[in-house]
Amino acid sequence: MTSILIRGGRVVDPSAGLDADRDLLLKDGRVSAIDAPGKLNAAARQESAEILEAKGLIVAPGLVDIHVHLREPGQGYKETIASGTAAAAAGGFTAVCAMPNTIPVNDSPETTRWMQSPDRKAQIRVFPIAAATRGSMGEALTEYGALKAAGAVGVTDDGKPILGDSIMRQTLAAAARAGLPVIQHAEDTRMTGGCSMNAGLLAFRLGLRGMPVEAESSLVERDIRLLAELKDSRAHLHVAHLSTAKALEAVKRARRNGLHVTCEVAPHHFVLNEEAVSEYNTNAKMNPPLRAEADRKAMLEGIIEGAVDSIATDHAPHAAHEKEQEFERAPNGITGLETALGLTMAVLHGKHKLPLSRVIALLSTQPATVLNLKGRGSLAVGSFADVVLFDAKKEWAFQASASVSKSKNTPFDGWTMLGRVTATISEGRIVYQAAK
Amino acid sequence: MSKSQVKPRKISATSTPQVISRHPASLLSVNDLSLDDVGSILRTASTLESEDALKRMKHLFKRRVSLLFYESSTRTRTSFELAAKQLGADTVLVSALSSSIEKGESLKDTGITLRALGAECIILRHPASGAPYLLSQVTGLPILNAGDGMHEHPSQALLDLRTILTHLHGPKAAPVSETTLKGVTITICGDIFHSRVARSNMLLLPRLGARVLLSGPQPLLPETAASAGPGIEIERDFDKALQQSQVVMMLRIQAERLAGLNLDLDEYKLRYQANTTRMAAQAGDALVLHPGPIIRGLEITSEVADGPQSAIAEQVRNGVAIRMALLVRALTSKSSSNAASKGKRK
Ligand SMILES: [Zn+2]
Repeated sequence: MTSILIRGGRVVDPSAGLDADRDLLLKDGRVSAIDAPGKLNAAARQESAEILEAKGLIVAPGLVDIHVHLREPGQGYKETIASGTAAAAAGGFTAVCAMPNTIPVNDSPETTRWMQSPDRKAQIRVFPIAAATRGSMGEALTEYGALKAAGAVGVTDDGKPILGDSIMRQTLAAAARAGLPVIQHAEDTRMTGGCSMNAGLLAFRLGLRGMPVEAESSLVERDIRLLAELKDSRAHLHVAHLSTAKALEAVKRARRNGLHVTCEVAPHHFVLNEEAVSEYNTNAKMNPPLRAEADRKAMLEGIIEGAVDSIATDHAPHAAHEKEQEFERAPNGITGLETALGLTMAVLHGKHKLPLSRVIALLSTQPATVLNLKGRGSLAVGSFADVVLFDAKKEWAFQASASVSKSKNTPFDGWTMLGRVTATISEGRIVYQAAK
Repeated sequence: MSKSQVKPRKISATSTPQVISRHPASLLSVNDLSLDDVGSILRTASTLESEDALKRMKHLFKRRVSLLFYESSTRTRTSFELAAKQLGADTVLVSALSSSIEKGESLKDTGITLRALGAECIILRHPASGAPYLLSQVTGLPILNAGDGMHEHPSQALLDLRTILTHLHGPKAAPVSETTLKGVTITICGDIFHSRVARSNMLLLPRLGARVLLSGPQPLLPETAASAGPGIEIERDFDKALQQSQVVMMLRIQAERLAGLNLDLDEYKLRYQANTTRMAAQAGDALVLHPGPIIRGLEITSEVADGPQSAIAEQVRNGVAIRMALLVRALTSKSSSNAASKGKRK
């Protein structure tokens, strides 16, 4: 395997509290050395390392997205593992965690392994998250030990929340024993039948049925109660795509009470509010829906104050013909892998002055920690050689038509982004390089 | 943002569908109209109505109008069809039950097909809120919303306005302003939540100065309705609302909806039915409107629907005049460019 010397860049590695000019030597898929500018030249020459000039660029641990839908197996017309991971690489990601709502549902070690097979031609590392219950039907648990052995990094029935108290209790207990987090898509679907957007005045005006904030918060509160009753310190609840102030309060309370509860927020939930659907734009339709402005602000503040562990895209590709339908009929979800860094940089760093190290922590180090992805989200010597190089000052216009993902369902077409990925390196291989 | 900054990617980009902007003479929501637009539509309606029938035929002679109806409708469909025919236009009716829609053809494809067949304007009735926005986007044609889901029914609100103005100010169409309906209270009663007629009216009438009272039981009238726009209030006591009203608009109630919401039918009639006793006691002079279809004996009794206070037949007549005006607006470039220059009211 070749070696790569990344030189002249500003290395931002939150895992080491590092933000300084450093050169980085990658070897055999791992970070082999990190040192002051120029100090690694000799070692690099000895290795005949490829040189990547990073002058004026940020060199950071590759981004980690713990919530993506890669649509394979079963829906290759929307996305494949190959196309989804190519989009991820273009967005600066070096690891993604793939949700199990595929066809068939990933509820078996076989499918879990199939998704990680080299035959899938993934550009970056894919960590499957397996179904918590068989077929995600919410009835019988899958085999967590075997799934973990096959490479699963968590269990969830994303899209089909686990409603029954008893099955959720069993899920939390069994996952704790297996050392896996339980990821819940918190939505009490008994309150959201026939709904296609956030509840409230706008929904009334548009003549659409709305999902109340309580559909999310009540399930988060219920899950936290079950976690507390379990009294197993290994138990870990992770709340997926959190979107309401009320649910965030519940998470904060649980943490104050010493429970292992983590959460993620998607860029669209801190960038957009429900007004984005006011002309029935199906590319702004997702679940959980875009919320009221107060909730959007609460997500932003939660991220800034550190209450949110991770930014995750909930990348959910759909074919054009599926989104070009009546609003209520169009499927939920938007793509996100190629806009996550640009939006986060523009809003959190550009507008709200969050330091770069915090941005990287939210998009890389912390999500890797949440799902216990060893050797990811860090540039410490010995870590995987997962690196992103980007120009933090570069403004650019995102064009959906130029997207690498198979699907173009994004509300951010034409938006100005901040921070341009110039290269993505996954386990020592350059998997994306922007044209000069 | 400059497009030149976007760098080419390694994987070649596929083309995305061309985005067509909305035709300025479309009418999807009453909020698309400025007060000037409303005034001009009312004036055009009066002019066209009083014109000689043969002269009227020349306005849209041989122009092609499609009526695309995904829901059954007698009143609105016939009204639009008559309006188009009186203006000389050729109409094609496509209804969900006698077309490829039944075979699962998408709204987009149906719209593109109609356009390819020469449709210059599509009148759409659809059970999904917002469907006209999609049709407008994919065809670029002027679209007239003839009722979409629970969202809006703008031509109904305009014909209701014409009916109200004729009764309050006489048949001569005066220019409309923010004070045209000052001091006028209009009660809308019944299933507000599911009603596109209610939404269009509650958004339009207050802009002319009217006070709109919404009346109905909680499940059919959520509190949030009062915030839909300025000049809207909730008065759940129908008698109290009537006492303050010069106009009362009754909405159809579907019995199965009441049952689904655990509302007792007799209780509903007791509190919200427009009957002679109640009308005489609370609002003996008020004008009674109903967009139809009427369920006699439920929200309104025959005596009231056919009685001296009722303007229901007039509403139907006004419907044709208003829809003629909307078709002329949609299909004559003068009004289109006029609307374009004014821009869309938000
Ligand atoms: Zn989800």
